[in-house]
Amino acid sequence: MSETHDRPPESFTLRLRRYNPESGDAPYWEEHTVELEPHRSVLEGILQARDKYDGSIGIRCSCRQAICGSCGIRVNGEPSLACHTHLDEAKRTASDGVIEIEPMGNMPVLKDLIVDMDAVHWKKIQRVTPWLLAKQPVPEREYIVPRESMVDVTQTMACIQCGACVSDCLAMEVDPGFVGPAALAKAYRFVGDPRDDQQFERLNDLAQDPHGLFDCTHCFKCVEACPKDVNPMGQIMRLRRVATGDYHIVDRNNGERHEAAFTTLVKDHGLLWEAELLPRSYGGNSWFGKFSPHAGKELLSSLPAILKALMRGKVTPAGALKPHKIPKGDLKSVQSIYEKIEGRPERYELNLYISGQDEEPAPAEAPDLLAAAAGSGDPPGAPENPEESVSQ
Amino acid sequence: MPEHDVLIIGAGLAGQRAALAAARAGATVAIMSKVHPVRSHSVAAAGGINAAISVDDDWHSHAYDTVKGSDFLGDQDAIEIMCSEAPQEVMHLEHIGVTFHRNEEGELDLRAFGGASMKRTAYVADITGQAMLHVLYEQLMKHHETVERYEEWFTTSLLTDDAGRCCGVIARDVRSGRMEVFAAKNVILACGGAGQAYKPTTNGLIVTGDGISMAYRIGAPLMDMEMVQYHPTCLVETGMLITEGARGEGAHLLNANGERFMEKSAPNKMELASRDVVSRAEQIEINEGRGVGPNGEGIYLDVTVVPRRRTLEALREIVNLGRDFAGVDITREPIMIRPGQHYIMGGVKTDVDGRTPIEGLYAAGEVACVSVHGGNRLGANSLLDTLIFGRRAGEHAAARAAAMGMPDVDAMGQLKRDVATIDSIIARPREGRRVSEIKNELGELMNRYAAVFRDEEGLTSALETIHRLREETDHAWIDDRGTVFNQDVLGAIELGFMIDCAETTVIAALERKESRGAQYRTDYPERNDEEWLKHIDIVLQDGEPEVSYSEVTFTQWQPEVRKY
Repeated sequence: MSETHDRPPESFTLRLRRYNPESGDAPYWEEHTVELEPHRSVLEGILQARDKYDGSIGIRCSCRQAICGSCGIRVNGEPSLACHTHLDEAKRTASDGVIEIEPMGNMPVLKDLIVDMDAVHWKKIQRVTPWLLAKQPVPEREYIVPRESMVDVTQTMACIQCGACVSDCLAMEVDPGFVGPAALAKAYRFVGDPRDDQQFERLNDLAQDPHGLFDCTHCFKCVEACPKDVNPMGQIMRLRRVATGDYHIVDRNNGERHEAAFTTLVKDHGLLWEAELLPRSYGGNSWFGKFSPHAGKELLSSLPAILKALMRGKVTPAGALKPHKIPKGDLKSVQSIYEKIEGRPERYELNLYISGQDEEPAPAEAPDLLAAAAGSGDPPGAPENPEESVSQ
Repeated sequence: MPEHDVLIIGAGLAGQRAALAAARAGATVAIMSKVHPVRSHSVAAAGGINAAISVDDDWHSHAYDTVKGSDFLGDQDAIEIMCSEAPQEVMHLEHIGVTFHRNEEGELDLRAFGGASMKRTAYVADITGQAMLHVLYEQLMKHHETVERYEEWFTTSLLTDDAGRCCGVIARDVRSGRMEVFAAKNVILACGGAGQAYKPTTNGLIVTGDGISMAYRIGAPLMDMEMVQYHPTCLVETGMLITEGARGEGAHLLNANGERFMEKSAPNKMELASRDVVSRAEQIEINEGRGVGPNGEGIYLDVTVVPRRRTLEALREIVNLGRDFAGVDITREPIMIRPGQHYIMGGVKTDVDGRTPIEGLYAAGEVACVSVHGGNRLGANSLLDTLIFGRRAGEHAAARAAAMGMPDVDAMGQLKRDVATIDSIIARPREGRRVSEIKNELGELMNRYAAVFRDEEGLTSALETIHRLREETDHAWIDDRGTVFNQDVLGAIELGFMIDCAETTVIAALERKESRGAQYRTDYPERNDEEWLKHIDIVLQDGEPEVSYSEVTFTQWQPEVRKY
């Protein structure tokens, strides 16, 4: 047993965000001090306060072990499950030693720590046609599908719909219409399921939606927030790769072309050439893109922004017209990443859910693995989805 | 007043399956739950679902294992139905989207489980219940036009007409506090067990015996309430569940001397004997001073003997559980566990179509007692039970609805009574005890006297205490005076439900003067088929529990000595 679990109870002060919709009063803070062993959960702290001091503290909760998804809240400003956050850890991250507990964001508060999941989260889930559209004919026994594919979609199946990722989605803050991390992860659960018959339709639907697939800004907030390692942003990126790479879906939001322009520019110059990005995204992925009428229109409408940037000295005309330069050797290294990834017969789509905690090589096997790695150029435990580091 | 052919209370696996089946059969259906459906406790079922789908398996073998697991108290006609329909049900789930693990050939993979004579447990890592519950909810979203959902509505009582037929419910919208009467041709109870009457328990805070108590209060008999399952592997500190899948994958149980003590009580099946046998063996080790940990109240579960990669893939949830809730990396070191309250085999007495003796009232899942589990449920049979009997209840209720008109419900009296009850709880003066204190005492009491080992003295004193707690409950006070999400007042109502469940459990345990399945009486340590191979039924008669007996149904398996 770990020693950290043998420590005696300590005092923890919780600062709870209270809101009673019936009182007519604004939300307010209230402090309660509880006595618990440091490795106990914030939920146990809240429940102790509720049982001992104030039974009116509102929080949804049931299983206490991070499987029912009821107790999504913010602890010290970060979205998490109350039952999945240790008191000592929460105290450590508190700014003044008092654990600050608030309802989740991006959703209306109904009472205290209870938010309206239906109005936001579940509405978005319903947006992605969240049920299997099974291949026909339905077999008499089970569908025969690759073992790996089921392990793969189990990562998104592990989503407990707690809303932590929705709570702090920055794109959703700006565009409340954004389908969002949880719903898009749910979409991957079907797109990645070989039994589903409508992969193209699902992807096309989400790619063409201005609040859909390309609305995510890669901020990683949802990845951090998720208590179940569902990695919602990773699933969104995978949806994009399948949409653009496998189905060649060209979307009216220009997401596909924007990504293509981005990757080409980095490949050619080692760094992003910002001024070229917009014309290429709209006019076609080459230096001639800027002469396309589509690009002209976009350039014209972006003129105010461009002028502002010039006036504030963010860019200089000379700087914008020339690409950034990096040393030749560095450029070669960048390009070798492209060669390696694009040279693969299949896209490298290992699932973090499994391979992220892969077996470290046993001593006896190590030489074999190393030899294999030297041959293929793939060391064991290579970073997940290496192309991601490029496309961003 | 909303009217439905079939109204289902509870939206776990049994409830959702019943709703989908009834809607498919053409009935107008609504499903009501005090929490959002995916929060239902079915979500926590980890290990898998049993079905004889392997080519070299046979449902008769599954049925025999279940009969033996039940210590011959299960009704064999019901067990035959459950086991023979299991493969088709699992295939149905697969077809609607459950992401069952596959073998290298791409077929459903199967894992070993306790009390089973071969590998027959289909699974999704160790989140099988979650995967199934979420997939059924996907189907509810798909069929939103035919299944109405009342999410976060708390049922306060069942309605009966003058002829004693069930004709609807009264429920409170948790969000607004509004109380409403719902008329229904049929009500299906699918609201789970009563684990919160125990402390600790593996069950969620919402598992408070609502359905059992509400049915009991309108005169439905409860059956085999003494049969309470203690799961062999729960975390010592919090009572959280470590799936039986761990032992299915090969994990060992060790005492303080490092011995695999299961060889004493189950030399053949070892750690994979049925749960009552393993829990008893563990408790004996602990009681006789061979437990581990600072107070010697634990047993080691050693998962390190399972290949690490397999553990990470197939037991991922308990790897996280060990890390986050016990500070132990189970792939590297043993984890301390002990038996903990997990499941109740007893419940509202039903037939194989989910019908209770009250016309118009059905029950399915843990709330019900068909009985397929008898004295002890096998692991991975509970998910199966919920689905098979949820579906059958839904289908039967839909057929019954088709042949009758909407009942004329006059429930203003009952509605007023329920509103008055809630108002009076809210208005109680702050004298006496808090609801939370009474609940705590009840849980600890049950875990002490109605646990793995029981005797007359302990049970008698427990019953006395329960009577005192019932009186205290009638005066217990709460803080919340509001209507929006007043969880406090619902907690007081739930406490009343749990008192009913606890009382009937202890009465039945006192009544059964033998040891069978989960009921082990130290004062009657032998199984006594001559006198006690029968069900114990309890009915509320003029406000008092009345005990009677009913026959166990036998088809092809006669009682024999139970050895693992």
